[in-house]
Amino acid sequence: MKRAVPLTITFITGFLIIIGFFIPHDPIGGLQSTFLQWYAIIVGFTMVLGLMTLAKVHTRKILRREAGFGYSTVLIGAMITTLSVGFYSGVKYGIFETGTPFMWYYNNIFVPLSATMFSLLAFFITSAAYRAFRARNIDAALLLIAGALVMIGRVPVGDIIWSKFPDVAEWIMNIPQMAAKRGILIGIALGMIATSLRIILGIERTYLR
Amino acid sequence: MWILILLFQISPPLKVQVFDTPNDKGGSISIEWELSPDDSLLSYYEVFRKLSTEEYNLIATPPPGSNRFEDNSTKDGEPYWYKVRAVSPTGYTDSEPSGPVVSSAQWFHHKRWNALILGIIFCSFLLYYIKKAKIKKSLFIRKISGLEAVDEAVGRATELGKSILYLTGLSDMSEISTIASLSILGRVAKKAAEYGTTLIVPCYDPVVMSAAQETVKQAHMEAGRPDTYDESKIFYLTADQFGYAAGVDGIILREKPGAVFLQGYFFAEALILAETGASIGAIQIAGTPATTQLPFFVAACDYTLIGEEMFAASSYLSKEPTMLGSIKGEDYAKIIIMILISIGILFVTLSNVGILKSLAFNFINWFSSF
Repeated sequence: MKRAVPLTITFITGFLIIIGFFIPHDPIGGLQSTFLQWYAIIVGFTMVLGLMTLAKVHTRKILRREAGFGYSTVLIGAMITTLSVGFYSGVKYGIFETGTPFMWYYNNIFVPLSATMFSLLAFFITSAAYRAFRARNIDAALLLIAGALVMIGRVPVGDIIWSKFPDVAEWIMNIPQMAAKRGILIGIALGMIATSLRIILGIERTYLR
Repeated sequence: MWILILLFQISPPLKVQVFDTPNDKGGSISIEWELSPDDSLLSYYEVFRKLSTEEYNLIATPPPGSNRFEDNSTKDGEPYWYKVRAVSPTGYTDSEPSGPVVSSAQWFHHKRWNALILGIIFCSFLLYYIKKAKIKKSLFIRKISGLEAVDEAVGRATELGKSILYLTGLSDMSEISTIASLSILGRVAKKAAEYGTTLIVPCYDPVVMSAAQETVKQAHMEAGRPDTYDESKIFYLTADQFGYAAGVDGIILREKPGAVFLQGYFFAEALILAETGASIGAIQIAGTPATTQLPFFVAACDYTLIGEEMFAASSYLSKEPTMLGSIKGEDYAKIIIMILISIGILFVTLSNVGILKSLAFNFINWFSSF
């Protein structure tokens, strides 16, 4: 019974969504968006659960003086500050109004921090490219040559060195690269269909643990 | 004066057609027209609508260059008339009224016949091989080194006395990739529980966190070690992309896990996470259906499950015949797709060189008309 009920719900829901893809007529056609709305409501509640878990884990770390508890203090402090500023701004000026303390906090602290993390990508691409482009075998050598040709074909200096470099780069991207990518995408689509079917039919139950 | 007005009078929109919007749930009528010959001189168009007993009411002002508008506020069964006005700074001209037209809901999406036919064929293959697997029991599935290495990674982390870090990606529970990731997590968690190794699962989505907690808890019970389950190790981090990347990087650098699993849908943060993992020398097994992130994982990780391999993981690891049967069915579906692609290439080639040109064109048009 513990498994039969969720499996039945999964089967009916999955089946209705598949049918809804082919039948636009109400009530079947609009079922997917209705289910997604229900999901969004559930997510709203679980977000509170998530925040409570986060607060619990780090408060415990601080109380027990576990290794790295200083970071937990920063996290709890930032969490309380954000919530306080958000509530204050929301009540006094309205949510997401420009020029509020919350938007100042968001634009001057949150956005630069996110941008800093994103900018790290440039350094990581360099280190990953160094490893990937070491010509240890034929595959890596091919990757190195293709990568170098695409890079040189996509910068103005490539066109100056040899006018055909941009064409070569385009050919690599449009023919071999696209063929490989589409092959992978077809496999992914089939994998998704097979997994969905296994879930709907109750063969795949790992999500029901 | 009248001659001047006539000289500057702009041409109206031509051939206005109104029809029930196809393949929808009703409540919508489409209006299409040919652009006024003076389209470049226009300020905008105006679309008017009326019921039989009413005057025309303005319902939309599409910009110049528009030749289509969808009126999504109709009542099914009511007859409507429409006209389109071309408006310029010097005046306006109306098209002939068009109608009556009635909106209605459709019971079948006629542009999705191809999806239905191919879906039935693929599902038939899958169901046939699932059934066959139940009888035959043994099916050959090629070795997937990324999945073979799962136990090795857990074992290595245990030998080093280090923890295991498992990331489920940045998608929610409505994504198949997240469900596939949780299947792999179940296997990793069971091995980790058997060996008594700490498993850390920072989550991007609180629903995924709840599902991951249940998965790991069940894995500990299956391993006969329910006492070692620690809920606080599977926690919500943040739903901000780079906040999550920063948080996970911090965990990697502080905890220095012996094995890192990156299984799920990742975006631009993929390389930040994988490179940080590589910098501490952890054995890394990645898997994602995100084709844009696959090259980064291939470059930075020890093993990468490419696309479909990730979806096959739960079947591969469980070794259950019914699960493996579906993978076999997938392979045959791939053969069908390869045949269809070959036929498509043949027809496109024939249509270019002139042999059977009309037949090839007709086939291509028929196939792409869905």
